[in-house]
Amino acid sequence: MSATPIDLPRWADAGLVPLVSVTAALLVAGLVVLGIGESPLEATALLLKGALGSVEGLGFTLYYTTNFIFTGLAVAVAFHAGLFNIGGEGQATIAGIFLALACLWLAPLPGILLVPLAILAGAAGGALYGFIPGWLQATRGSHVVITTIMFNFLAATLSVYLLVNVMGKPGSMQAETPEFAGHAVLTPMHQLLAPLGIKLPATPLNTAFLLALAALVAIWALIYRSRLGYAIRTVGANPRAAAYAGISPARMTIVAMALSGALAGGLAVNEAMGVQHRLLIDFTAGYGFVGIAVGLMGRGHPIGVALSAFLFGVLYQGGAELSFDKPTITRDMVVVIGGVVILFAGALDGLFRKLVANTLQLGRAA
Amino acid sequence: MSPPAIELIAISKRFGPVQANKDVSLSIAAGSIHGIVGENGAGKSTLMSILYGFYEADSGEIRVAGRPLRIRRPADAITAGIGMVHQHFMLVEPLSVVENVVLGAEGGKLLKGGIARARAELARLSRDYGLAIDPDAIVGDLSVGFQQRVEILKALYRGAEILILDEPTAVLTPSEADQLFALLRSLKAQGKTVILITHKLREIMDVTDTVSVMRRGAMVAHVETARTSPPELAEAMVGRRVLLRVEKTPHPRGAPVLEAAGLSFRDERGCEKLSDVSLTLHAGEIVGIAGVAGNGQSELLEVLAGLLQPSRGLIRLDGEILDAGDRTPANLRELGLMHIPEDRHRMGLVTAFPAAENSILGYHDDPTFGPGPFLSPARIAAHALAGMTAYDVRPADPSLKAAKFSGGNQQKIVLAREIERAPKVLLVGQPTRGVDIGAIEFIHRRLIALRDAGVAILLVSVELEEVMALSDRILAMCGGRITGERAAEATDERDLGLLMAGVNQEAA
Repeated sequence: MSATPIDLPRWADAGLVPLVSVTAALLVAGLVVLGIGESPLEATALLLKGALGSVEGLGFTLYYTTNFIFTGLAVAVAFHAGLFNIGGEGQATIAGIFLALACLWLAPLPGILLVPLAILAGAAGGALYGFIPGWLQATRGSHVVITTIMFNFLAATLSVYLLVNVMGKPGSMQAETPEFAGHAVLTPMHQLLAPLGIKLPATPLNTAFLLALAALVAIWALIYRSRLGYAIRTVGANPRAAAYAGISPARMTIVAMALSGALAGGLAVNEAMGVQHRLLIDFTAGYGFVGIAVGLMGRGHPIGVALSAFLFGVLYQGGAELSFDKPTITRDMVVVIGGVVILFAGALDGLFRKLVANTLQLGRAA
Repeated sequence: MSPPAIELIAISKRFGPVQANKDVSLSIAAGSIHGIVGENGAGKSTLMSILYGFYEADSGEIRVAGRPLRIRRPADAITAGIGMVHQHFMLVEPLSVVENVVLGAEGGKLLKGGIARARAELARLSRDYGLAIDPDAIVGDLSVGFQQRVEILKALYRGAEILILDEPTAVLTPSEADQLFALLRSLKAQGKTVILITHKLREIMDVTDTVSVMRRGAMVAHVETARTSPPELAEAMVGRRVLLRVEKTPHPRGAPVLEAAGLSFRDERGCEKLSDVSLTLHAGEIVGIAGVAGNGQSELLEVLAGLLQPSRGLIRLDGEILDAGDRTPANLRELGLMHIPEDRHRMGLVTAFPAAENSILGYHDDPTFGPGPFLSPARIAAHALAGMTAYDVRPADPSLKAAKFSGGNQQKIVLAREIERAPKVLLVGQPTRGVDIGAIEFIHRRLIALRDAGVAILLVSVELEEVMALSDRILAMCGGRITGERAAEATDERDLGLLMAGVNQEAA
């Protein structure tokens, strides 16, 4: 009769299934590498060495991880409310504009006020840009998948206009804002730790990473330990039961989308305030889309999101090193490998769940 | 003597840790009506699904008309002359009767020939079995009883000699059920074999020749219907003696608590689902709503529970008129109006959540469950465990997902949650749907105890027996209207059946 959802023990659901799908993805990626005449083993070794083999590599890996934590959490929160937020890119873009305006306009303020205000402004921008599709779905029934995709284009176009015509650096051909004041940016890790006698090579890793870790804990508490999180999860799991329980599905849709947008804004914090120290055009660079894979692979749980964000951080950093060392493995090849991981971890997930379930069942029967 | 139409020999089927069928053997004589009874989860549906090819048995043998047969998919069953009428009809509503009948058996790339053949065959079948039905009627316009006939015709058109009916009367009025039984008898007279799965013992007694009882995956009895009785069957189903009648002493009713006047409700398509419904619930009484499913009872419950806003009418609680703004589910709960919804899977529970989290559904803002904006898992688990112990939920494990409990235990989780809050008014929808006999007894006793404690209870159930057994007063609904009111002791099934069909003999 109807297919029942596959029920797995928690450890298998959260650990084994992602592990199996990532392994399968790496095997397929290995075949692709083999196909262009390179050794998959050597490529894997280079990739891992590039990402984890040095303190500098690890710094870059964690910098990428920071981006994926924010965008992955954004997807996870919406997912708990039964929503697919495809708009991380757009929400981060708008967050970037709000944040840049705060950094530039409020520059006279001291850093201790300016930095939190700018971060809040970014979160507010992302929240606003998530709120609108949420509100449209709640009141008009316009599906968030469609609206958030369209809103990505709107945000991109708006940012081009603003960066070229309004906020751009005077006299520059680049579509970017003037550089933020020195006290408006986040401290790089190597500077933060230097006074403690810990010497680190210069990497883009900055205090936004700590903010991302804090966000993981906060979102865990919100989703699994708070009344609001309970309401959000109820709406996601069974909207009719939510209505019966006096929880408004419309309101939770809006709240979850705004929260999701605010989290996506973390991408702008890391990139603009932490690394570039200005707002660049297209700074989102696809991190918002990869966040969908991170959120799905992490099963919407903050620990899962942290792990899969780290995996993608490794792939990004290691992949960059790999294409540098092996000219035949171009940047595009690395994108293909990432794509295969997304395909296996996200789209083909059900396949592996079934496989794992059957294997476990056999083990029990034997 | 001809071989039995169906023989099942030592069928076993296991789903993970659950042994759904163990060593089940069954032999059904050709040209007989055979009943299979058992509690929910006893394995009746699994057994029939194996016979119809939805699942394959782990071990055992199926023989059809004496020949061993491997049935791997429904197509094999159909070829072997087995037809199935599902509880939930598998019909395409916008298509006509004849189009539904040929669906999947069109007999060629073009419809024309198949339709013409089907039309001729339908005419013959209708004549042979007295199944009056217009082949060009749109299925969606037909009544439920007629839709069921279309399902039966579909099976017969495919050459079914053996017809399996899964809970066929769940959606029928008593008179429609009688018509169905007449049809089953005429099928039998033509030499067809009928297998009837039901949990209504009265139907078994009325229509079957032989009956098998299943309990926990095993066959526990095969008897000739003429040589058994409902109490004996019930005992075989549950494994112990059960009270089929609810013990109820008269109880004086108190002041009016919930009053509805002139309630009407239109759905989003503008269809009037409730017309001018007025009723009064007094403290310490159970008012039952009798009606065939889909005649406005669900809407009445949801309007009273604040889930739907009426298009017209007044609702008073304790004499105070409730404005639209007051009638939110959260506020009504606060005022002491609790609701046990008809469909616990779609509304009463979040089946993906553990029992603990389900025990606070609707009460997650209660400050006892945690400090400030947070919820304390330990406190919720303790609360859930207390409720599960008091209501004998098995297993009493608050961390188990609600989906993993049996129907009866799920219903007890909902009951514990709502009743523990000391309601003033309790709206109860289908309290025992899909619940096993043992749990039914328990639930009925709880409801009576609540009434005796002064709670005003509105009971909606499609089980006429249940409404008659529990209620002090009975209102019958048909087409969104209340068609009559009776004191429970002054009515019978026939009288209520007429009211449910919209005929009020007293008024006429």
